[in-house]
Amino acid sequence: ELPLSHFSAARAAAVAVGYLRYLRGGPGRGLELRELRRARRQDIDGVGHKYYLELELEDVLDKDRTVNCTAEVLYRLGSKTSAPDVQVTVQGELRSTEEAEQEFYNRIRSLEKELVAENIPDSHGNVPPELEPIHLLAWVASGYLIWQNSTENTKFHLAQVKHVKQVKRSDEDLQFDYVLLLHEMVSQEVLPWEVTVLWHPQRGARVSQS
Amino acid sequence: LPVLLAALVAVATCTETFVGHQVLRVVPQSDEELQKVQELQDLEHLQLDFWLAPRGLGLPVDIRVPFPSLQAVKVHLEASGVSYSIMIEDVQALLDEEQMEMLRSSRQLPLDTDTFNYEAYHTIDEIYSFIDMLVAENPNLVSKLEIGRSTEDRPLYVLKFSTGGTNRPAIWIDTGIHSREWVTQASGVWFAKKIVQDHANNEGVASILETMDIFLEIVTNPDGFAFTQTKNRMWRKTRSRHSSSICVGVDPNRNWDAGFGEAGASSNPCTETYHGPYPNSEPEVKSIVDFVKSHGNIKAFVSIHSYSQLLLYPYGYTDTPAPDQEELHEVSAKAVAALSSLYGTKFKYGSIVTTIYRASGSTVDWTYNQGIKYSFTFELRDTGRYGFLLPAKQIVPTAEETWLALKVIMEHARDNLY
Repeated sequence: ELPLSHFSAARAAAVAVGYLRYLRGGPGRGLELRELRRARRQDIDGVGHKYYLELELEDVLDKDRTVNCTAEVLYRLGSKTSAPDVQVTVQGELRSTEEAEQEFYNRIRSLEKELVAENIPDSHGNVPPELEPIHLLAWVASGYLIWQNSTENTKFHLAQVKHVKQVKRSDEDLQFDYVLLLHEMVSQEVLPWEVTVLWHPQRGARVSQS
Repeated sequence: LPVLLAALVAVATCTETFVGHQVLRVVPQSDEELQKVQELQDLEHLQLDFWLAPRGLGLPVDIRVPFPSLQAVKVHLEASGVSYSIMIEDVQALLDEEQMEMLRSSRQLPLDTDTFNYEAYHTIDEIYSFIDMLVAENPNLVSKLEIGRSTEDRPLYVLKFSTGGTNRPAIWIDTGIHSREWVTQASGVWFAKKIVQDHANNEGVASILETMDIFLEIVTNPDGFAFTQTKNRMWRKTRSRHSSSICVGVDPNRNWDAGFGEAGASSNPCTETYHGPYPNSEPEVKSIVDFVKSHGNIKAFVSIHSYSQLLLYPYGYTDTPAPDQEELHEVSAKAVAALSSLYGTKFKYGSIVTTIYRASGSTVDWTYNQGIKYSFTFELRDTGRYGFLLPAKQIVPTAEETWLALKVIMEHARDNLY
């Protein structure tokens, strides 16, 4: 059992949230950790350290609703190159985002010029409302990066969308090329990561690191 | 007069200039004098503008006289023995001043600390001007101390709040030591005003000020802060250059002489946790060290950062618990409960090394080892949603809730002096 204030619990939780954002996030849904309710750690000889977490999450677009979730995060021994194994179970329903996401899809598809934006949020924390879905899609992308690149000695957060450029496609996907600034808490470094997101209302997000 | 000036300003901003124009006042004392002034009205080529037309004996007549006509008008009056006074020496100069004033209020540049906008992020100049205004408005409570100068020679200002005494036991609060943590400097500004208000209303920290002084350094890393405004919003460190590295800056929260250079800091100048070539190499740090040592009577020391929503106490450089761990933990619990009572914001608390990470050479490890028992570090809002880019509308709620926690710490120090 881990004290909930211990840094190792917080780091594992951040990985779980990143993974969840990647799986279940979208332009109409941004998941945020409301509270870490319980954390246990198991040291498995020859394998690694496994964390068992109970989390309460909220949808930033629907703050009054929260959803509970359990997660298992396994950091493999001696492996600097492979992502932690993560499993999550969401208890209960997440708010439906079909309508909002379809509306976003239609809006972007109908743009004459490809969307380009930078510094989201800006220095003062502002996000123009029409860019909020782009911001939330960046959370999906950063969730993937965070999951893939975390170790027990790191804790990543998305600091800012430095740059985003839409790339028009001949198929039905939307494509956004992002430069994301990730803040790593232990080293305190803020570094740019290039990532491409394909998104479709039914097919969801596919993220690839550039 | 202001109305007329305002009208002129409206004109002046278009094409006309009023350089050298004067406004003369004549108070006719006799029918002859009145007639002489009325004559001026007929001399159209003089282009006179009567702000107050002749109405009768003993009533003032105000005339705006264009520069080319000044000589002629004055000669006309003097030749008849009509006395006049110069009300406005140079109309344009007055207009320029008015225009500046209007621009200031339309850009919402504050004229006092009551009109200052606490719900926005400010530049260094605006904060330094706030500091001067606060001191000017409250000279019996607040004074400004310059404790040193930064690498780029910016002044390092500390506000002293004191109701008297000599070298009273004191509380120290600093914000903005890491320049990108903007909600902290903004909160510091709010704290300064709050202290003054509490004192004026004889509530809150007024009772603390009866027996203790408060020192507040709002822009603890001004070079870094300037850099975040002009070049790189994510800059954390100072802006010093040491050795031959092309990289700039030392982490001011790794530069203190407590476990300096040990695990929990970096020896690479190009990293964000570079500890610097030696302890106190940074003037921003050394000035505080010198101040604390020479003051000798600081009883509580709080260094404020963002983000993560944590209240931390020593140590960061070692796993060994601080001797006062239990008491510090209890105070933290109370402080965090008080903070949470306002908006429900949840904070975790504990020692630096168990709650966030190992960090050597950090501020409160040094102050604690100096004997300042109540040494705490805050990490304010949020937990990562906006991180360093906290929306400005969260400044005041953040400052308000943090203040409640600070009061718990200050009151505990006051009630447990050592």
